[in-house]
Amino acid sequence: MTFIGWLQISLLFLAVLLVIKPLGLYMARVFSGERTFLSPVLGRVERDLYRVSGINPEKEQSWLGYTLAMLAFSLVGFLALYAMLRLQAYLPLNPQGFPGMPSDLAFNTAVSFITNTNWQNYGGETTLSHFSQMAGLTVQNFLSAATGIALAVAVTRALARSKVATLGNFWVDMTRATLYVLLPISIVVALVFVAMGLPQTLHASVTATTLEGANQVISLGPVASQEAIKQLGTNGGGFFNVNAAHPFENPTAWSNYLNIFAMLSISASLVYTFGQMVGNRRQGWALISAMAFLLIAGVAVTYWAEAQGNTILTAIGVDPALGNMEGKEVRFGQAMTALYAAVTTGLSDGGVNGMHGSFTGLGGLVPMFLIQLGEVLPGGVGSGLYGMLVFALLSVFVAGLMVGRTPEFLGKKIEGREMKFAMLAVLILPLVILGFTAVSAMLPFAVASIGTAGPHGLSEILYAYTSAAGNNGSAFGGLSGNTMWYNTTLGIAMLLGRFAYVVPVMAIAGSLAAKVKSPASAGTFPTDGPLFVGLLIGIILILGGLQFLPALVLGPIVEHFAMLAGQTF
Amino acid sequence: MFNHLRPALTLVVAMTVLTGLAYPLAINGIAQAVLPDKANGSLIERDGAVVGSALIGQAFTSDRYFWPRPSATGPDPYNAAASSGSNLGTTSAKLKDRVVADVARLTVTGIAQPVPADAVTTSGSGLDPDISPASAAAQVARVARARGLDPSAVTSLVTRQTENPDFGVIGEARVNVLELNLALDALKM
Repeated sequence: MTFIGWLQISLLFLAVLLVIKPLGLYMARVFSGERTFLSPVLGRVERDLYRVSGINPEKEQSWLGYTLAMLAFSLVGFLALYAMLRLQAYLPLNPQGFPGMPSDLAFNTAVSFITNTNWQNYGGETTLSHFSQMAGLTVQNFLSAATGIALAVAVTRALARSKVATLGNFWVDMTRATLYVLLPISIVVALVFVAMGLPQTLHASVTATTLEGANQVISLGPVASQEAIKQLGTNGGGFFNVNAAHPFENPTAWSNYLNIFAMLSISASLVYTFGQMVGNRRQGWALISAMAFLLIAGVAVTYWAEAQGNTILTAIGVDPALGNMEGKEVRFGQAMTALYAAVTTGLSDGGVNGMHGSFTGLGGLVPMFLIQLGEVLPGGVGSGLYGMLVFALLSVFVAGLMVGRTPEFLGKKIEGREMKFAMLAVLILPLVILGFTAVSAMLPFAVASIGTAGPHGLSEILYAYTSAAGNNGSAFGGLSGNTMWYNTTLGIAMLLGRFAYVVPVMAIAGSLAAKVKSPASAGTFPTDGPLFVGLLIGIILILGGLQFLPALVLGPIVEHFAMLAGQTF
Repeated sequence: MFNHLRPALTLVVAMTVLTGLAYPLAINGIAQAVLPDKANGSLIERDGAVVGSALIGQAFTSDRYFWPRPSATGPDPYNAAASSGSNLGTTSAKLKDRVVADVARLTVTGIAQPVPADAVTTSGSGLDPDISPASAAAQVARVARARGLDPSAVTSLVTRQTENPDFGVIGEARVNVLELNLALDALKM
């Protein structure tokens, strides 16, 4: 670790800190239905969309209506994307003449993009036409992100309002998230990306004659436009197989900054939006502090572990000065790769700029553990916020048990019904992750997919289901996931991780919205101070640790000690 | 549920047109008009022929050129149509065997141990255009010998081609191998 490395990391967090308030306030205006500076341009488009879709923007929905609308929208999005991937050979803009995707891979990919996961069992440049990338994947990059934001806004309203039966209108929230937040920022970011060197063309490739006389076919495509929304929507599905490690997705240190900044800024600002909408900005900052603490701790551990290098290679004559360079790019180095790895997993982005599977045992443990903590640091756009609110409810409940008072959060009494739904939501992750990992580790044909024997093999399987259930999308790439077994089970894990989590959360929202919002009294446990932040961090770590530590010991921690002992597999 | 189908269908279609076609095609139009060089892959031409991209590494095996990092793409290294990392874990025997062979290969060319880490590890993309200044410095003697050049002339060329962090902070010190080798060829002429 170097001072310069930490300076590089600090600059990014500083930049994000500066944008949280203005962007958070802007989004609060958008989701309160107020006019913004973009209304003169977009208001007309918005009204036209409502008219052709038969939506009455004034009509609000109950929690159930809101949830059903979200499910219907996701289902239609899934079917459209699945059909497009299967039929890609017959659709336009397919200069390389790629065939349609097989059914299991198309299922996995379509689920992956509607759930905001963007797990890549396909290699972008070798399987997908430009049409599929643009009209298929890019669209779901927008819509799955807008859906997440809408859900978070609905949960926010539940805590902001007193004794109401409705949470807003899903169609309006989703449309406004797309039109006023994601699309305009994407346009700006995409153009800056082009200026940084990301290609943006409809040509498929160019052939160069290298200095030594060989032919080099270089894949191209509309990369910049997809990269922008990939990060802003915390999607993470790359245009290319190796994602943002590819020099065309991420050519310089500056583009690397913009990539990380783009993925972090909306998600972090939404927490401020939450504080603004519930009328307690300090609450927003309290949640942001807890997220930042855990995220920066994650960066530090990964950076430290990777900067040590791989001791097995040091022993055979490799200089450890540059750290563990297998799977990393020279232009990013250890600090910016560690930062990317922690942010992409603390969020549910899942793009990578270095191969997590080649990280050291401890360096690779961190990204996996950050996903297992529930993708709340600050998590996927929207999904991170509502995930964090579930943890906040659990924290006040635990605090209430300790002091013997009825727990309250933002003036709402937290009772048995909310706790039951919160536990349903929280337990879905270990059930899916540990369940599928255990089954896969016992099935010979599933074990055959692993790339490195020994404890790393278990880590590859564990990481895959962790990533799928957490809707992250990054991978320990040694696992050959493009098989019937993994395509299907990872697809199911993604569906459960998204929908089996959010439906109970929406039920909590419905129940909270109906309650009276009472003013704070002297006996109220303050939820916007350092004591609460500490308790919240503790609850997140204890829940995540209790659930996943045994599995992590068998995978990355054993790998760490094997490396120190010089043992290979 | 059924009353939600109409908005779901129409919004998926409308958003596909807006975000899936209008948005990328508009970016395409602006990029091609304003920044065509970058939008088309930052290609480098020499004598009217495309010799590669400034952003994408390419394979060099001749002693007369600086070598890039090993690459994990298949079937050949630096296949820019199918990016790939090795994805090997730290305790992989395959990784150790490969690095042992690469260290031996470099030792034969006169590079002292310990060798720079980037010179014997594959990058995440398999297309890393850069090497570390340490890796470039270690190759100077070999390249100078093969070209019959004064090593100090090659060293000063490497120094000129080294990109240092902006403001001393942003980015890592690195040398673009293709650009270095192009400058090397130009030096001779």
